[in-house]
Amino acid sequence: MLNKNFYLILIISAVFGISFWIGFNVNLLPAKASINAPIYDELFKILFIIGLIIFIGMTIAVIYSLFKFRKRKDQYGDGIALEGNLTLEIVWTIIPSIIVLIIGLYSYNIYDRMGGMKELNHSHEMMTSNTEKIWAGISQASNNEVASNNLSVEVSAMQFAFLFNYPKGEFISGELHVPVDRKVSMKMESKDVIHAFWVPEFRIKQDIIPGQPTILNFTPTKVGKYPIICAELCGPYHGGMRASIIVEEESDYKDWFNKNTKTEVSL
Amino acid sequence: MTISIDPQDSNTKSLQPKGWIRYFSFSLDHKVIGIQYLVCGFLFYLIGGTLASAIRIELASPMSDFMPRDVYNQVLTLHGTIMIFLWIVPVVNGAFGNYLIPFYVGARDMAFPRLNAVAFWLIPPSGLMLVASYFVEGAAQAGWTAYPPLSITTPQSGQIIWIMSVLLLGGSSIFGGINFIATIIKLRRPGLKLMQLPMYCWAMLGTSLLVVLSTPVLAGTLILLSFDIVAHTGFFNPVLGGNVVVYQHLFWFYSHPAVYIMVLPAFGLVSEILPVHSRKPLFGYTTMVFSIMGIVVLGLVVWAHHMFTSGTPPWMRLFFTIATAFIAVPTGIKFFNWVATLWGGKISINSAMLFSCGFIINFVFGGITGVALAQVPFDIHVHDTYFVVAHFHYIVYGGTVFIIFSSIYHWFPKVTGKLMSEKLGILHFAITFIGFNLCFAPQHWLGLNGMPRRVAEYDPQFQFVNQISSLGALLMAISTIPFLVNIFLSIKNGKDSGDNPWNALTPEWLTSSPPPVENWEGEAPLVEEPYGYGKPISQEN
Repeated sequence: MLNKNFYLILIISAVFGISFWIGFNVNLLPAKASINAPIYDELFKILFIIGLIIFIGMTIAVIYSLFKFRKRKDQYGDGIALEGNLTLEIVWTIIPSIIVLIIGLYSYNIYDRMGGMKELNHSHEMMTSNTEKIWAGISQASNNEVASNNLSVEVSAMQFAFLFNYPKGEFISGELHVPVDRKVSMKMESKDVIHAFWVPEFRIKQDIIPGQPTILNFTPTKVGKYPIICAELCGPYHGGMRASIIVEEESDYKDWFNKNTKTEVSL
Repeated sequence: MTISIDPQDSNTKSLQPKGWIRYFSFSLDHKVIGIQYLVCGFLFYLIGGTLASAIRIELASPMSDFMPRDVYNQVLTLHGTIMIFLWIVPVVNGAFGNYLIPFYVGARDMAFPRLNAVAFWLIPPSGLMLVASYFVEGAAQAGWTAYPPLSITTPQSGQIIWIMSVLLLGGSSIFGGINFIATIIKLRRPGLKLMQLPMYCWAMLGTSLLVVLSTPVLAGTLILLSFDIVAHTGFFNPVLGGNVVVYQHLFWFYSHPAVYIMVLPAFGLVSEILPVHSRKPLFGYTTMVFSIMGIVVLGLVVWAHHMFTSGTPPWMRLFFTIATAFIAVPTGIKFFNWVATLWGGKISINSAMLFSCGFIINFVFGGITGVALAQVPFDIHVHDTYFVVAHFHYIVYGGTVFIIFSSIYHWFPKVTGKLMSEKLGILHFAITFIGFNLCFAPQHWLGLNGMPRRVAEYDPQFQFVNQISSLGALLMAISTIPFLVNIFLSIKNGKDSGDNPWNALTPEWLTSSPPPVENWEGEAPLVEEPYGYGKPISQEN
């Protein structure tokens, strides 16, 4: 009996060990380039490890049963008439419930840290002067840190392109240039069908819904060029609906901005 | 004077045609209708599978070079619609439900045999109409979700035919659902208690409740959408003041329960198969029943997790996250109970058993990614990417389709009186399992790293992984060959199976194989312990 328990403990520790090792050493995610990204990756790692433990454990249980309890050639008759075990069933109801509840609360903490919950306190401010309702994606700016330092960009999505309007410079660009480490506040509108704004390296996505202007805020943290991808089926050229976001140093951004403002490509 | 024709009366049934021609007739026999559903569904599976192959060929290279872009969108729309509405839903509900439920409740037929036949005969014409819409200005190309405004602005005839087709299939589904509820509640043989029913009855009861509660919502939504398209109303058209998010709410109010309409019957079927082949009672019958009903209740209140990036308010996200994640609890109970059913048994490792165990492994994987997807911050990154594609194929293919194959191997002797070849069956399982995992496991990585779904072109850096996935799809296509060969060879030259080749205790095996028109020569047997393996009742056999 002691022997049996010893093997069980050994297998369980091995499952945990392998899962933790994979969770900490296998990276399945792209580069981290916004404030959101490391927070997202933290959640991913936890879910990945818990998932691996359950998956590896269940797979071993199934394969072991098939092997250990397979019917041998000379065997006839039935297995044991075991119809259930109340204690076991209570255990595997309560433990998953607790795990699920903890994951839910934890992911809510993550969501809050990403800024997803902030708009709750300021929902009344979602109404602009002309009572047009504005919806918020994640990273909604809180009341205190509005405006001055934020970079405001207006995004128009249409079949099959994104256009970025810089109101301060009165010009429109096909590429989104933003300075590193500064909060970007985008007001997104669609001209035709539903599109979505997705930057995998930022771990953010927001649908752009016609008739429903949406705010999306983010703070890039790493200089580089990243793809902006439309993630909602929007027609035949959906797969080609791409743009680039260029995160650059403040000075480079200013150069780019001044160059474009002078030419005054205003509408 | 009224002429009453009692469908339960043997005279009515004896008027039906005999031989193979009965499968092409308006038969009222539940067994014939079950086979009609299965074969019809399988033919549409082959069509849907061909479309899937076309998608994987297109995605073997990063450029859009195999077919025009608008045709690609038609192909992915038809693939999704056919696989859901013409293969999985009709087969796990209609085919196995019709064949098995009357046996399980001890009845000679379904409660409403004519409604049953109507429900089936709605399927072939609406399916053919859907496929044929390709030749009329192109088929629908807004995806199986048909989100407006895209579905309003794409070519209209294809979209309208799509709506009509889905409405008819939804109608068929509702007729079936009503029939199953009536049969299970009202046609039980005297003395048979609800808590003595085989688990598949409970699964079908839960599924049918979902069908009856949620399918009418889809029907209403699609009718409003068709008004927007043909009569230029503005329910969902933002140009006319409509709201596109309302459509998404209404659509997913049906289409999330639709996932349970596809998997709950599979949960029922696997609960029938595992005890027989491991010679043990189903572990935890009562908790299995409650977990089915728990999934039904929770399944109705989780739909908005499909809309976490659509601008839903935060409180709504909180509610739907917790509700969705909690579905893992009753589902988890079922999986633990199945493994406990295997534990300590005398397991025959045959095709039916292998497909069922493959189902457990695949579905656990899909369930884990499902719990992750329920978390709002997690979902925001991977929503509408190949991660989601991989997740739901693990549920509906790795889960339900594996169980459909398992069930075919398990009940083939019942229907034909012949055994299937185990060698070909195990070959079929091996190719399917390897091909399936090769096809869909790498797609998780694609989604996490930036490949959105429903695209005909992608970044060159994703080419290698996409080619692995296409190779897996090729194996899945090849895997149907040993299956079809097995079916035809076994029908023609299969070994005689006897009435009860598995020594099973569930009522359908307690009559001849194939069963007589009236199901039993005499009175239906009272089966109080359908899972009494290891007990005296089993030793008598």
